[in-house]
Amino acid sequence: MDSLLPVIVIIAVIAVVLIGIFNGLVGGRNRVDEALAQIQVQLKRRYDLIPNLVEAVKGQQGFEKGVLENVTRARAAAVSAGQAGDPAAQAKAENLLTGSLRTLFANVEAYPTLKSNENVMQLQEQLTSTENQIGFSRQHYNASVLSYNTSVQSFPGVLFARALGFATRDFFDAPDAEEAVPQVKF
Amino acid sequence: MATFYDLAAENRRKSYLLVGLVVAILVVLATSIGIALTGAVDSAIPFSLGAFALGFVLTLGAWFGGDRAVLAAAGAKPLDPHVGAEALQLDDIVTELCLAANIPKPSIYVIDDTALNAFATGRDPEHASVAVTAGLMNSLDREEMSGVIAHELSHVRNFDIRYALLVAALVGSLALLSDLVLRYTFWGGGRRRSNDDRDGGNAFQAIFLVLAVILAIVAPIAARFVQLAVSRQREYLADASGVELTRNPIGLERALERLGADKEVLEVATKATAHLYVVNPVHRFEARSAGFLATHPPLIDRINRLRTLRGAQPLAARTER
Repeated sequence: MDSLLPVIVIIAVIAVVLIGIFNGLVGGRNRVDEALAQIQVQLKRRYDLIPNLVEAVKGQQGFEKGVLENVTRARAAAVSAGQAGDPAAQAKAENLLTGSLRTLFANVEAYPTLKSNENVMQLQEQLTSTENQIGFSRQHYNASVLSYNTSVQSFPGVLFARALGFATRDFFDAPDAEEAVPQVKF
Repeated sequence: MATFYDLAAENRRKSYLLVGLVVAILVVLATSIGIALTGAVDSAIPFSLGAFALGFVLTLGAWFGGDRAVLAAAGAKPLDPHVGAEALQLDDIVTELCLAANIPKPSIYVIDDTALNAFATGRDPEHASVAVTAGLMNSLDREEMSGVIAHELSHVRNFDIRYALLVAALVGSLALLSDLVLRYTFWGGGRRRSNDDRDGGNAFQAIFLVLAVILAIVAPIAARFVQLAVSRQREYLADASGVELTRNPIGLERALERLGADKEVLEVATKATAHLYVVNPVHRFEARSAGFLATHPPLIDRINRLRTLRGAQPLAARTER
């Protein structure tokens, strides 16, 4: 009896530590999922707003058709990349979409009738805000991925994270400098 | 580098300290008055209890109703995001930056005044409000407004708002009570002197009367120093952590320049609520200087600190302002 007690205590302590590590990994993974869901909500909102803006701008005489086509094509690519469920590829498609939208905004600036169109301005504001929200959500997502990946890859999580199905996650990449710069053609 | 967790924890600690300190001063003040009036320590106990209850009620009032009182005093009305491009933009900016700051979205209010200013209030991020003047909403562009809102949300996230609310309520009431004591001793002094003659005088009472008067004079001044020293440092911190949210020092820098050029006085701001605003709203009455009685650091200092952040040359101090 006397020799059994320390063994029981040690087993209990190990069990508590393991439960703590496991719960920590689950919590980290859930935070990553939640942050990704938050980004998806905003991306969805952006997909919904874009056709309205394209529709509102299309009627403008002399407006460069290629700019609108670029936006529409980038949107379609982003939607299908999102359905594939690969954050890295989706991030790349979204960055292209962001770039094409910036070009569109820059082109709108050249048309006083569009600038005084309340509908166009409102859509542009909503898209700008959504884009900013995507940026901030991406920061949160990447921060939670960083801390989750660290706990999966470092001791003691590394000992059994893989066995229990805790895989590392991809970052949602920030736009490269050259992709973010709008190309304005007049 | 202190994180906002440290700042928030520090502000919570300071809030409790402030409440304890002010209530203690209130009790000592009331007890002294009690002894001076009745001449016995025992019969002064109701005064002590009364002061304690007053401090308790004031704290509760500030805690649960302080934000509404401040908003009502400023004449702030809830923002309807659907009444114009500026309103929609403001609402969007708050949504974005709350996402960045990871706090719930506060209620947004507009003060119908053409002066340029803004403030945040509330007891914690879950019960917070941000108010801007209509003048600010209409004259700042998106970048500048984001800078100002990020500054205000930093106050929210750091729990500066709770501390400021308690300071406004407690320091204000301490000043009021001290004022009352001084008036009372001034008016009641003559009558009591004749009583003293009849009783053959009472040095014991006289000592406590003097103590009460000294406290009544010193306490509000000391409290004001605490309020000022704290509030100026908070402004630099909120500027810096606001830039951390927007990642863009230029927006706030330009906004501060505009606010500095604005010579209009915000009519609804009083000395008691001055420390809540983004820039000192009563600058006509209280010279906007680095003097120790200013609630805000001079704008030029704040602008230069922001310029340093982005590696720009600091501006030379202008004598006017």
